[in-house]
Amino acid sequence: MSVNPRLYPLLATIGIFIAAYIVCWLQFPYMLSTRVAGNLLTDNAYLGIVAVGMTLVILSGGIDLSVGSVIAFSGVFIAVVLRETGLHPLIVFAMLLSITTAFGAAMGGIIHGLAMPPFIVTLAGMFLARGASYMLTIDSVPISDPFYEALKDAYWLMPGKGRLTFIGILMLLSVAVGALIAHRTRFGASVFAIGGGEHTARLMGVRVGPVTVGIYAFSGFMAGLSGIVFSIYTGSGYPLATVGAELTAIAAVVIGGTLLTGGAGYMVGTLFGVLTMGLIQTYIVFDGSLSSWWAKIVIGVLLLLFILLQRGLLRVTALRA
Amino acid sequence: MKTLLTTTAIILGAVSAQAQTVGFSQIGSESGWRAAETTLTRQQAEERGIDLRFSDAQQRQENQIAAIRSFVAQGVDAILLAPVVATGWDSVLEEAAEAEIPVVLLDRRVDSSDDLYLTAVGSDLVHEGEVAGQWLADEVGDEECRIVELEGTTGSSPAIDRATGFRNAIEGHDNLEIVRSQTGDFTRTGGKEVMESFLQAESGNEICALYAHNDDMALGAIQAINEAGMNPGEDILIVSIDAVPDIFQAIANGDANATVELTPNMAGPAFDALEAYWESGTEPEKFIQTDSALYTQDDDPMAEYEARKDLGY
Repeated sequence: MSVNPRLYPLLATIGIFIAAYIVCWLQFPYMLSTRVAGNLLTDNAYLGIVAVGMTLVILSGGIDLSVGSVIAFSGVFIAVVLRETGLHPLIVFAMLLSITTAFGAAMGGIIHGLAMPPFIVTLAGMFLARGASYMLTIDSVPISDPFYEALKDAYWLMPGKGRLTFIGILMLLSVAVGALIAHRTRFGASVFAIGGGEHTARLMGVRVGPVTVGIYAFSGFMAGLSGIVFSIYTGSGYPLATVGAELTAIAAVVIGGTLLTGGAGYMVGTLFGVLTMGLIQTYIVFDGSLSSWWAKIVIGVLLLLFILLQRGLLRVTALRA
Repeated sequence: MKTLLTTTAIILGAVSAQAQTVGFSQIGSESGWRAAETTLTRQQAEERGIDLRFSDAQQRQENQIAAIRSFVAQGVDAILLAPVVATGWDSVLEEAAEAEIPVVLLDRRVDSSDDLYLTAVGSDLVHEGEVAGQWLADEVGDEECRIVELEGTTGSSPAIDRATGFRNAIEGHDNLEIVRSQTGDFTRTGGKEVMESFLQAESGNEICALYAHNDDMALGAIQAINEAGMNPGEDILIVSIDAVPDIFQAIANGDANATVELTPNMAGPAFDALEAYWESGTEPEKFIQTDSALYTQDDDPMAEYEARKDLGY
């Protein structure tokens, strides 16, 4: 039986996650409970959602550094608009998602139109969004809306008292939708093609411009959705929130087995990347004596491991060809 | 015989206490004071035979929420929380309450309803200012005294409260007057620069006392006074707040006169309240105020310095 070498990183990701869970379980049997599993989904919901958008961006060979600031902006925007007006949260959500999607589309347009590196354009976007959140407020603004309370308390009690929350389910749904878009649509195929090489993609008949705009618009949309989830999670908007979340999301995508240079990867791998990172954090809290900075060290090691793995795979496929 | 006794005592102690587990979600280690708070919490837990699970949130609320959820999942006996912001704690505190795990807030407050936590331990900043003002009023007695004030960061709550407290204390003493008041931003360099301008503006010998909102600014001011050729602690009385190790050295050298302690030992009163709660279900007051102890040259400053210097300040 031969396995497609393109699947190796994904299998490695899932393997690492399972192995890590077994190690945790052997040391703290309680780790294998619905409670911890539910927490893993809830605590990483915002990260998982934003990582779905990031996966698509990275598959196309790009990067989106603006998402952490967009999440913070979303929280502040929702909190301030809800405080100042009597609008229903759902209307505010729609307004917000249009703003962040348009913001992403604009960045995509600039990247393509001016042939600028995504790194620079989205770096500017990062400062813009962070600055905009400070313009709205410099304080942490609480959200006290009955609809929000309902969303916060929306969960399904699993056997064993674990909570499958609304935001946890939303994260799983986002991954499913992301996987459909990436692997089952024409748009997704174009993204992979651009990631493989823009010139070749053009020759294949991919309309690079609209697709690039679409990619960053999608990432902006996911960042806005992640911001909504984060505001439900914390029940407030805070301009200093999620500093550096874009880098955590990129790390999750890479640990999830997506090639950082684009063109290869799986959406479901990102889910496991996010969960692996969450698992490391949970382990450190369960242990209670380790410094929490160990999480960063382990994630760093994992990143290095995956980069090496992908280098190795490139060699293998090159040798075969 | 003695060893036998201690062994029995240890065993008995272990049996009766049956090692309670407490999770502690700390903001981070952004300042010396906070590092000292962490060190003291660990020490207090060890002394009481409490199994402390420590989690450093690296200044991020999402890390604190996740840590509290993990503590709840683990089924700890209590949770200590030093919250990084005031908002956004409702749902996670509710989860702890549903699991019947008492939560004690350290040092900072949250805007959630107060039946979601057992109690909050903290310092009363106004009271700190009052203690400092009272000391000065007692020290100078009936003599005329022109005071200069080094304020904390403009608009910050410690700056506002410590200014208010000091004024409360000197109210009614007509011989005491605050002649100049400016912000030194809680920093040493800020304190030094502002003190230099005070000395020039007031021609030095007109000033009888300095009140600084924290020790760091006082330490900067001491330098400025020395450079102006005057004698800090004698020509100008110096009182400040915080009680960091360095100010005790200055007090021991006679360069400063008094400091009011903002104790980093928030965990001690928290554990006291928790132990009472575990034992008999006694609900403590919703706010436990820590002591704002005054230290002067009579309080063996070198010993205080030795006791504090290894806490991580």
